[in-house]
Amino acid sequence: MVPSKFAYHRPSTVKEAIELLAAHGDDSKILSGGHSLVPVLKLRLNDPEHIIDVSGIESMGGIRDNEKSITIGANATHGEIANNAALKAHAPMIAHAASMIGDVQVRNFGTIGGSIAHADPAADWPAVLLAADANVVLSHAGGQREVDIDQFFKGLFMTAMDEEEIITAIRIPKTAFNKNSTYVKFPQPASRFALVGCAAAIANSDGYITEARVAFSGVSGTPFRDSNVEKSLKGSVLNEGSIATATASVADGVSILSDHFAKENYRKHMAGVYARKALSALA
Amino acid sequence: MTYIGSSVKRVEDKRFITGQGNYTDDIVLPQMTYACMVRSPHAHAEIVSVDIAHAEQMDGVVKIFTGKDTDAAGIGGVPCGWQVDFKNGDTMKEPPHPLLVSDKARHAGDAVAMVIAETYAQAKDAAEMVMVEYNVLPAVTNAKVARADGAPQVHADVPNNLAFDWELGNPREEVDAAIAAAHHVTTLEFINQRVICNAIEPRSAIGHFDTAYDKYTLYTSTQNPHLIRLLLCAFVLGLPEHKVRVVGPDVGGGFGSKIFHYTEEALVIWGSNQIKRPIKWTAERRESFMTDAAGRDHITTAKMAFDKDGNVLALSADTYANMGAYLSTFAPAVPTYLHGTLLQGLYTTPLINVSVDAVFTNTTAVDAYRGAGRPEATYLLERLMDTAALEMGRDPAELRLQNFIAPFDGVEQEGYQTQVALQYDSGNYEPVLKRGLEMVGYEQFRADQKAAEGTGKLLGIGFSTYIEACGIAPSAVVGALGARAGLFESAQVQVHPTGKVSVYSGSHSHGQGHETSFAQVVADKMGIPMEDVEIIHGDSDAVAFGMGTYGSRSLAVGGSAIVKSIEKVLEKGAKIAAHLLEASVDDLDYAEGKWTVRGTDKSVAFGDVSLTAYVPHNYPEGLEPGLDFSSFYDPANFTYPFGCHICIVEIDTETGEVKIKRFIAVDDVGNVINPMIVDGQIHGGLAQGIGQAFCEGAIYDESGQLINGTYMDYVMPRADDLPSFEIDRTVTPCPHNPLGVKGAGEAGCIGSTPAVVNAVMDALKGYGIHDVEMPITSQKVWNIIHGS
Repeated sequence: MVPSKFAYHRPSTVKEAIELLAAHGDDSKILSGGHSLVPVLKLRLNDPEHIIDVSGIESMGGIRDNEKSITIGANATHGEIANNAALKAHAPMIAHAASMIGDVQVRNFGTIGGSIAHADPAADWPAVLLAADANVVLSHAGGQREVDIDQFFKGLFMTAMDEEEIITAIRIPKTAFNKNSTYVKFPQPASRFALVGCAAAIANSDGYITEARVAFSGVSGTPFRDSNVEKSLKGSVLNEGSIATATASVADGVSILSDHFAKENYRKHMAGVYARKALSALA
Repeated sequence: MTYIGSSVKRVEDKRFITGQGNYTDDIVLPQMTYACMVRSPHAHAEIVSVDIAHAEQMDGVVKIFTGKDTDAAGIGGVPCGWQVDFKNGDTMKEPPHPLLVSDKARHAGDAVAMVIAETYAQAKDAAEMVMVEYNVLPAVTNAKVARADGAPQVHADVPNNLAFDWELGNPREEVDAAIAAAHHVTTLEFINQRVICNAIEPRSAIGHFDTAYDKYTLYTSTQNPHLIRLLLCAFVLGLPEHKVRVVGPDVGGGFGSKIFHYTEEALVIWGSNQIKRPIKWTAERRESFMTDAAGRDHITTAKMAFDKDGNVLALSADTYANMGAYLSTFAPAVPTYLHGTLLQGLYTTPLINVSVDAVFTNTTAVDAYRGAGRPEATYLLERLMDTAALEMGRDPAELRLQNFIAPFDGVEQEGYQTQVALQYDSGNYEPVLKRGLEMVGYEQFRADQKAAEGTGKLLGIGFSTYIEACGIAPSAVVGALGARAGLFESAQVQVHPTGKVSVYSGSHSHGQGHETSFAQVVADKMGIPMEDVEIIHGDSDAVAFGMGTYGSRSLAVGGSAIVKSIEKVLEKGAKIAAHLLEASVDDLDYAEGKWTVRGTDKSVAFGDVSLTAYVPHNYPEGLEPGLDFSSFYDPANFTYPFGCHICIVEIDTETGEVKIKRFIAVDDVGNVINPMIVDGQIHGGLAQGIGQAFCEGAIYDESGQLINGTYMDYVMPRADDLPSFEIDRTVTPCPHNPLGVKGAGEAGCIGSTPAVVNAVMDALKGYGIHDVEMPITSQKVWNIIHGS
């Protein structure tokens, strides 16, 4: 398995990377950890003429613990995220989800920026970032913008990124709901991507739910938050009864994926089961 | 010294674990070129035209061959090594299997052209630019469907795609009559699905024609280098056998798929003479999925009849066996002589008839895969047995015990003559089941199972008591059954002047640990340290002849050949020792590496004798110098390992998820040389057998595309899918080979699959179903529980 021939660029700044992207446009692809792009290249499903390897850009790496948020560099690996103390403390579902991606080798190479740019609806990150109310930091020639995660995933392998933009960071707000969050997954047995991945984040005040964010990967072609579940939870006490009520109709009205591992009816059922598992873990 | 029976650490592991193994793809020859195959993306398509004009001009391209070139060279294709004729005596339909197809592609992955370039990347780029115009035809992938009138014809001259039909056992009318009159009949229709072997090392081959010596060398990831040489020379290319060397270097797993002679091997050898440069081809993983011979793929209807007391009266089985698009090397033997002949199982069934239709389809060829026919036979029998117990309200363990063949050792008591041609060598079946029941704590389990009712968790237990025929095989017997080769083995024991020993074996190790267990045998039998023994295999220029490794045959057949040569060495050594000790051979004892004159302290060491053999100054008159013997061993019978596998599963009724709580395996593989290696073989086999039950299975779409042809979609069992295995053994020695060994390579894979499925069916017995199609996904279990 060898890719087609390509020119390889290794910029050392975001500015340089953006210039390369502008110069080569459609004929180029951004490479970071390579765990989404390299298989595509090797299977020759895509044959860009230019590969822009951003893994050497220092400002895109690392995880910074700020006052009100945690900034995860786009080049941070799943392994770094899984082991980050600030994330474990302020948004445990983020670290936990990272620890469930692939195997050790994959986690040591694959990056969060690469994963969400690829936007595989069965990847673990979409559900978790949706539940976390994350912002995606996109850089372009004129500067940068932040996109609310709710506006980021547009469909199967589609995002809100413009062609000349690069993901440079993901910002996780330090909120009460992120502090009380978890992620559970019903894995596809071959790839271990999510047939159903459910992230739940709940904020309580005096025992009553003030904010609930419940999101799914793997269930639909576009990762989504289930507003019915969230609305049902808000204002109630998180217990067996409220969880049962809230998860009775998970993914209603959503177009559900179907394959030989999980047909539509079963996948919908399992989305409900895993939503319950996630919420029960927070009760 | 007692190496035999001890868990000596594997001597080969140092190089494997430290990355110093030498696999075919590691070999780089001067001036080597690289080949990439142009493969049909269609399962069934006429080839209208092949245009290489542009590709030929691309960077680095050395040569492109198409089917027209191999046709023009008069190459007929790769042959089948086993002939099974029709019931009515008509000859097996054996359409050519071309190296490169020029008329039509018969499965997705059929090779249309071979592009040779200076680098693999260049070859691959050029292969993409070979323009093939196809006329796509309807495809058929299911053997039962392919058999029907009006189904797409894979080969024009094979009506209804029937390669051959076959039957064995008692007359069908008698069997059917017994079934019709029986108190109870259990009927199952099931699919033993196609699995893909997935050796970790993809197939690879290097062809090298040496113009200085007019000699060919083929390096190939094979389980049997001499057989590949024989087929290349005698059938495919007509090369002079003494001018062809075949090397099977370190091989990263075979599981059967590397027994066979593949088109790529012939292509790189033939091509290397055309271009006078070496050619390397290594499969990409996707090519492995598309072109490695697959396993199983049977559609079966089977009936087992019982009297009112639960005694088995008769068995009938009708199977559609998918052969794929071409007959692979041993394919015809798998559903017939390796499957039908095992349907006696461990039971006294007095009437058995098995009938098989071997059918061509637009899929990759199917051939032997770990167990080869015997897992299918075991699945058939053991699924019937548990289902029958359920239907008759009998305990599945008791029902088996009641029907077991009584013990026989093959010495005092004769071997057991089955209704399906074989005569079992020795067997004692009750102890394996009873030991299994003891290990599992059967009564306690049934109590736990009852207690779990209504908790949302269902517990189930499944049994499988199996027999296999290994140590393949007496040459005359397999010859009479259609094999186009003998199935003996050769070994040379070469004692060096310093007393060190090189052993040249025709067996081939690709994970089995021969370099260790064979050396244990040699060291013990010769009374020398293991470190003084080297096992050499896999090179036709080093090893005189060999039939290779498959069918759990290496120790039983190859090991026996080594023992024969050791006996010859020691016999001659005794003559030299007697001369040195000035004693009679009859007065000598050989032990711990020295010959001693009985009743005295006069002795001579093995090393002194070997030195004398090569420096024969003071030497017996008339005796040849040297200490070096070869032997061929042709077994008197197959060997018949057996055992009992028990699986316990827990099903989550809400999700359909199945977890294996425990897996118990009590196997009897005869005498054991290295318990650790045998345990490892059992563990690996169990993983593959359980993998078939829960994970694996090729899925083709309507057009004949393999839709799960990558590891993103094809489920392989992983460590976290499996419990910690609980294993034990009984020992019933083989009476007809000098080591008393039966073979252990396939047992785990043969016994385990039905135990798993039976356990799931036991857990689901409240839902009124009798079968669930493998692989058992949580979706399927959930469907059963929730009635959809």
